[in-house]
Formats: sequence, structure tokens, C-alpha cells
Amino acid sequence: MNVNRVFVVVVFIIFSILILRLWQLQVINYEKYRKLSEQNRIRIVKIPAPRGIIYDRNGIPLVENISSFSVSVSADYADKVDKALLSKILNIPYEEMEKKLKRKPESIYLPIRIKEDITFKEIAMLEARKNELPGIIIDIEMRRHYPLGAATAHLVGYLGKITEEQVTKNPVYQKLPSYFMVGQTGLERLFDEKLIGTPGEKIIEVDALGRELRLIKETPPSKGEDIYLSIDALLQEAVYQAFEGHSGAFVAIKPDTGEVLALFSAPSFDPNMFIEGVSGEYWRELTTNPQNPLLNRAIQGLYAPGSTFKVITALAGLEEKVITPERILTNCSGGISFGTWTFGCWKKEGHGPVDLKRALAESCDVYFYELGKILGIKKIKKYATLLGLGSPTGFFSDEKAGLVPDEEWKKTTKKIGWFLGDTFNTSIGQGFLKVTPIQMANVMATMVNGGIKYTPQILRGKSIDKQDLNFDPKNLAVINEALNAVVNEPQGTAAQARSFMIKFGGKTGTVQVVSKKTKEKLTRRINIEHHAWFIGFAPVDNPEIAFALIIEHGGSGGGVAAPVAKNILEGYLIKKRQLNVKN
Amino acid sequence: MLRIDRRMIEHFDWITFGVVILICIVGILTIYSATRPPLDEGEHPPFYVKQLLWLIIATIALIIFVSFDYAKLRDFWLIFYIFGIILLVIVLFTGKTAMGAKRWINLGFFSFQPSEIFKIIFIISISAFLENKKSPLSTKDVLKTLLIFGIIPFLLILKQPDLGTALLIFLLTFVMIIYKGLPIRLLLLLLSVGVISIIFLWEILWEGLKEYQKNRLIAFIDPHIDPKGIGYNIMQSVISVGSGGFFGKGFLEGTQGPLKFLPERHTDFIFPIFAEEWGFLGCLILLGLYYLIFLRCFETSMVAKDNFGKLISVGFTSIFLIYFFINIGMTIGIMPVVGIPLPFMSYGGTTLLANFIGIALVINVRMRRFELFYP
Repeated sequence: MNVNRVFVVVVFIIFSILILRLWQLQVINYEKYRKLSEQNRIRIVKIPAPRGIIYDRNGIPLVENISSFSVSVSADYADKVDKALLSKILNIPYEEMEKKLKRKPESIYLPIRIKEDITFKEIAMLEARKNELPGIIIDIEMRRHYPLGAATAHLVGYLGKITEEQVTKNPVYQKLPSYFMVGQTGLERLFDEKLIGTPGEKIIEVDALGRELRLIKETPPSKGEDIYLSIDALLQEAVYQAFEGHSGAFVAIKPDTGEVLALFSAPSFDPNMFIEGVSGEYWRELTTNPQNPLLNRAIQGLYAPGSTFKVITALAGLEEKVITPERILTNCSGGISFGTWTFGCWKKEGHGPVDLKRALAESCDVYFYELGKILGIKKIKKYATLLGLGSPTGFFSDEKAGLVPDEEWKKTTKKIGWFLGDTFNTSIGQGFLKVTPIQMANVMATMVNGGIKYTPQILRGKSIDKQDLNFDPKNLAVINEALNAVVNEPQGTAAQARSFMIKFGGKTGTVQVVSKKTKEKLTRRINIEHHAWFIGFAPVDNPEIAFALIIEHGGSGGGVAAPVAKNILEGYLIKKRQLNVKN
Repeated sequence: MLRIDRRMIEHFDWITFGVVILICIVGILTIYSATRPPLDEGEHPPFYVKQLLWLIIATIALIIFVSFDYAKLRDFWLIFYIFGIILLVIVLFTGKTAMGAKRWINLGFFSFQPSEIFKIIFIISISAFLENKKSPLSTKDVLKTLLIFGIIPFLLILKQPDLGTALLIFLLTFVMIIYKGLPIRLLLLLLSVGVISIIFLWEILWEGLKEYQKNRLIAFIDPHIDPKGIGYNIMQSVISVGSGGFFGKGFLEGTQGPLKFLPERHTDFIFPIFAEEWGFLGCLILLGLYYLIFLRCFETSMVAKDNFGKLISVGFTSIFLIYFFINIGMTIGIMPVVGIPLPFMSYGGTTLLANFIGIALVINVRMRRFELFYP
């Protein structure tokens, strides 16, 4: 074979390969590479919109936007920046500064955040030494501030970076970059789509180091919608103050509209610490706390209702016409025997002969055992369910349902039959019953507004979702009179909480956490004090507020819960007066 | 001394020279575009001016290297060759280390890569060595050539380390032997020995590679493994070429270079910059110009008056062709990245000078192709 011909063939092959490949890249796949080269130099930056403000019913902001400053170092200056000087100005230990600068940001184009929420003094010092610190970037951001802090923590909630779950569930979040802050709990989460507004967009040209060369197009963001709540900030604050040192929950509802006036859970936390991601230590403190401060007890705490349930048993008796208010149902001798079992009254020496009013005012257990026996569990369950127990009120998405037991339920879950003793326990709010504070607050509201069950509403304005339960107004009046006696008559269980500023009524409840027998066996490590309940309304003559409150391991309902309720109501009135004087 | 003769001007290969100068000017324009600051603000790095100065120096060198009869070189080949080997040894001991490799000798006022000079010496020496050997070569001659011109410089350059150049020298030795002709059985034997040794020595070879060389090979096989890391050059290079389309973005309209997405944009990766701005059409014309050079140089080997001239022409044509193919091949993702420049276009003084000397020698051979010319 001729060597010269080989050469010509080799050259021909080489040129064919190159031309074919160039044809493939530049002609066939042109569109693909054109797009890639555009993506190289064009960066779309989403600008968060200022979030909507959340106001209380009187226009007091529960959350606002404040501007905050943060320092970053641009990625290509991370090694070169004067770390010693920077750590001195920002008061960060040198080693920590080194660690921060070594950490790779999410994208190689993003600057490395060094410190958030810096003071004006720090800004001034950084500005003054600008020439010695190239690559330093000071950003202004809008951040959330919760003026009421822990008082509204569970209600208003807080923000966090978008989670994986949110991205997969909600198409709105799929369009947002991962560093966006969105509502994670409470109202911030519930109304996130309204509050978040429409993010703006900046289209910029960048070089390979991510440096912004020029702005091609900018669409400004538009602010999120403001939200006006039914909540009364003053009441919320009064509740927070009255709960000092207690754990538990409080919910208040405006009986004639179904608006929620206050919703509080204790122990609480400071949502202002959550704003730019929680600091590790504070988060650990919250999550390892055995009291679980992050739990919203007002809608997620499940408790036996205790004697507060007697209101429902009583209403059932009257509505079913098995009793009349005047009828002396029993002569309480401190307990009744049933076979080998003895069911005691809380008052060991007995109440003597009791009618309905006394039974409620003095919370006679024996009266309600008898009434329960007459009614039977089916009728009790009917009224409890009618009043909203056993299912979420529909107010919040992550509410707990609670439980109203009956024969069928016990057979399927416990695999044993229903005993009369179970009916006795249910009649006085013990046993298998489980309720949330918001359910009990709504029961109270329904009892004092003439029997209309509203779906509790968090936005200002009358709840549209309501159901008239068609109770006999006379029966409701009888019960409300008895509830007045609980507080305002000397034998009432909450007599010591009687207020001279405001006349309020209600029902106490004391829930055994463990039985007396177990109590003796237990070591002292866990708190086995009773839970203390008080559900009530005020003022008695023309109720403007119905509420439920529970103090975990507080002791007795009359001794602990009712006085706290009194403090809340009085504290609220004092605050209101102060505000009026100021204006 | 330099004698300007009418016949010299007449027989000078104006076509090759013209095309080479044309490519160089295209190169300088592309260097200008590649290094311009983004948004045309700030200082323009003076690479294009430097390259223009080097072009003038290289042209002067070219005139010098065509002015004497190339045949005279064959008498000094051994001295040249020994000098070349000594240079390669010196660079190992005193060389300047840049990016983990000793490739440069610093003379104070100026530093150069001995391997560039060695390539010229190598072609002259091997041509002189093989000139009077019987064709096809005997087994003994083949082995001798392989040892002297293949293995010794291969090992020395590999030690720098400069794998690309080392392989090039070895390949060139082989091309020269094949051009001269060798028994077909020997050819098959050598090829099978080569293949088998690559298979068996692969692991040792692989371990012997520097980290960046391994990465380049990995990246070549799959540039998508890590687009911001080792595959970055290839990805960005291919994007540059592809985004040029059929007509290109236009001169000074490319974005990949000035925005610094493409590394080594005025040296090894000059072609993608050109391809982005001038498109498929421009690439075809550029490839056409190179084709003209290769054809013209190869034609010289056919018309040369003696074997020495033929071998010199074939040698330099092969170098240009191999560099051309590997460089463009790597920028369009069909060859691994081995850091070699595109002849006549990439920025770099020594390389341009060496290439011009090579072209000068080929022109020299062509000028003196008639027996009677300069007896």
C-alpha cells in the first residue's frame, strides 16, 4: 500500500470526524447548547415579597415586618478576607469565623453569611473599614417580629425554610427557591398563601464567579395580604400573664359570633428566636423539654373533661325530660355501691339531698351517677357529640378529635363489654372521655348563646358555619343559673374565685391523673397532681365571652383553675381601662 | 548571510506562508475577543499585542530558516540531537516548576520550554538518521530508531512530567518508521506488543498518572460526573462550540469567554471561542485553511528532491496534524484534555516560534526541490 495514500486517507478521516462532530454540536444540538450558555450567564433571583401583617380585632399587630441587616462575604473572597479584623468587629471568636468561612454555601455563587441581625454600631464599623475588608456584603432584609412574643407563639406560629413535604404537597412552594422562609406553624402556616404575596424577580447577567455584571430586568415583589383576626391582643396578654408558672391552655370564644378571642398554650416559647432558623441551643432546649413547649395544647392537648362534663350530662337529662330541675334525684351519702364496686363522691361526708342546681354548683358526683344510669351511655354520647365532642371543631387543620366512648367503641378497641361503671365514669367526665380545650370552650359558648353551635372562627367577623341545636331555652337557663351559683354562691365549688369586677359563671373540673391506689405506689418522679379545669362565661347576664381553661397538674378546679380564670378576666378589664385612658 | 535572491522570492511557497499568516491573524483576533473584559469595561489584557509581537519575531525567524539550504542541517544532526537530549536533562534538574511539572528553563530574561525546541531538533535528527537507511527498514534499524528517538526522549519528557508531549514524540517516531516502511510482520508484532503491554501495564500506568491526569481521563469518559469540577472544562467548551450555531454569535458577541466560563480561553481553548463567534460556517472555513496547509506540506514531501527533505516535511506535517486534531478534538469532547495548543492560533510565544521554524523548514524543502536550484 502506498504510504502517501494512507496519509491522504488519514487526513480525510480526521476532517470528516471533526466536521461531523461540529455539525452535531452546532447545527443539530444548537438549541440545547444555546440554552445552556444562556443559563450560564443569566441568573434569575427571586426577591421575597414583604409578608402580610396579622392584626388583632382592634388593629393591634401580632406580627410585623422589621428591617434587619446581615453581613456576608462573597465566595471568592472567603480565603482572602481579614478574618482577625472581622472577628473583632463582629465579636465572633476567630476559630468560629474560620469555620464559617470554610463552610461551602448552598451554591458556589452565593455569598457566605457570617452574622445576622447586626447592630447599627457594627454596620458603622464595617463601613468605616470598608477598604480593609473587600468582599464584604451588607444585606437588608425584612424579617418577622412578633411584638407579643410568647403570648401568641402557638397561635401566630413562626416561619422556616420550605420543607421537602411542603414542596411536594403544595404547587405554590414548588416555584419558590429553597432559601425562602414560609409559615411552618400556626396562622403563619394556615394563611401562608395569602401572607406570602407575589415574589419579585431580578434577571441578572453574571460571570463565571457569580459576580453580578448587570441587571437585565426587574419585577418588584408585591406585598402579601394583611389579615384581621378575631383575636383580642389584650386578652391574649392577660392570659399569658395569668398563666405565669403554669402549664395548660386557654381558649376564649365570643358566644354570639363564634369568633375566637384568645388561644393560648403554656409553656410557651419565644417565636422571635425562630426568625432566621432556630439557634441550635434554643431548639434543643425546646425539643428536649419534657413539658413539650412546641405542642399547642389548646387544640392538640387531650384531657378528660372531669366535672365540666356534668354540664352536658345535666343538659341531656333535661332535654330528654328524665329529670326536672326541682327533682331531688338522690340523697348523697358520699358514694353509691354497685355490686362489689363502690363509686365515691368527691365529698366523702356526702351532700345530702340534692337537686340539679346544687348538684352542679357543688359538683355532686352521686347525683350524676344516678342521672347517668337513667340516661344510659347512648343518650349521653348523643348530647356530647351534638355539642361537638369527639370530632375537631374545624377551626384549625391539625386539631385533635378527642373521644366520646360507647359500647361499640369499647367492644372493638378494648375487647370487653360495657359496664354500668363505665357509664358512671363517663357521666362525671372521667374514664375514656378525651376532649381538647377548644372543644370545651365551644361547648360553653353553645350553652350560653341559646344553643347555636358555631365553627370557631379565627378571622374577624361572624362565623358563617353554624348549627342550631334546638335546645329548650328554659333548660339552658336552668343550667346557666346553676353555673352562676358555682362561682357566686357560697357553697359553689369556685366560690373563692368570685370577682367583684365582673360577674362570671362556670363549672370547675378536677381530673384524676392516676387512681388513688396507683398514686400511693408511684415514686415522686412524675407529676401526678390532678389537672384543674374551669369552663366559664362572663358577664353572667349577657355573656360576651365563653372560655375553657385547663391547668395541668394544678390541683383542684375550684382552688386553682377558677382563680386563674378570675385573674384573666380582671387582668383583661384592667388592660382595657388603661388603654382607654391612654387614648 | 541572508541573501535576497529573485529566485528565492519566486520559489518561495507564498500559499503556505499566506495561509499560515491568515490563521495567525484570525488567532490574534480571537485572543482579543477571548480576553476582553466583560461589558467592555476595565483594562483589556495585552495578550493580543504580545501575540502580534511574537508573530513578527516568528516571521523573522521564518525568513532566516528559509534562507539557507536545509541540506546543510544533516551534517550536524548528531550534535543537534545530543544538545536536545542535554536540554531535556537540564530541565529536569534546574527547570522551573509550574503546576507540578518541570517544563521550563529560565534564562533570566526569558524562559522557554525545551520540549518545543526538542521537537524541531527531533524531526531534523530522525530525518537525517533514517535518510540513507534501506527502505523498508530492517528489524535492526527499526529497533535502533525506536530506542534512540522513541524511548529515550519519551522517558525524559515523561519524567517532567509531560505525558502529552512524551506520547507525541513516541507517536512521531512510529510515523516516521512507517513512512520509511518496515516489514509487515514486524509492524504486526510491534502493534501486538504495544496492545498487550498497555493491557498489562495499565494499572501501573494508571497509578503513575498524576491526579489531574486521571481526572482528565475520567472527565473525558463522562463530563457530566461533576460539571463544576473535573468535567467543567469539557462541558463549558462543548457549550461554547454548540451555542455558536450555524452562523455564530458574531465577532465580540460571544459570552462564554469574556464571562470566564471557559478556562484557558486564549491558549488551549481558543477554538471554542472562535466556534462560538463564527459558527459552523466559520469553523468550516478555518478547517479549510488548515486543510490547505496540511495538503501543501504533504505535497512538499512528495516533490522534495531527497529523502531528508521528504522526511522533514512528513515529520512537521504530522506534528501539525496531530496537534490540530487533538486540540480541536478535546474542545469538542471527542478527545481527552491533554493541554496542547492549537498550532498558529493559541496564545504562546515559544510555540508560535517553534511552529514557524517548522513551517520554514518545509518551505525551505519545497523551495529547493529542483536539483539545479542552488547546486
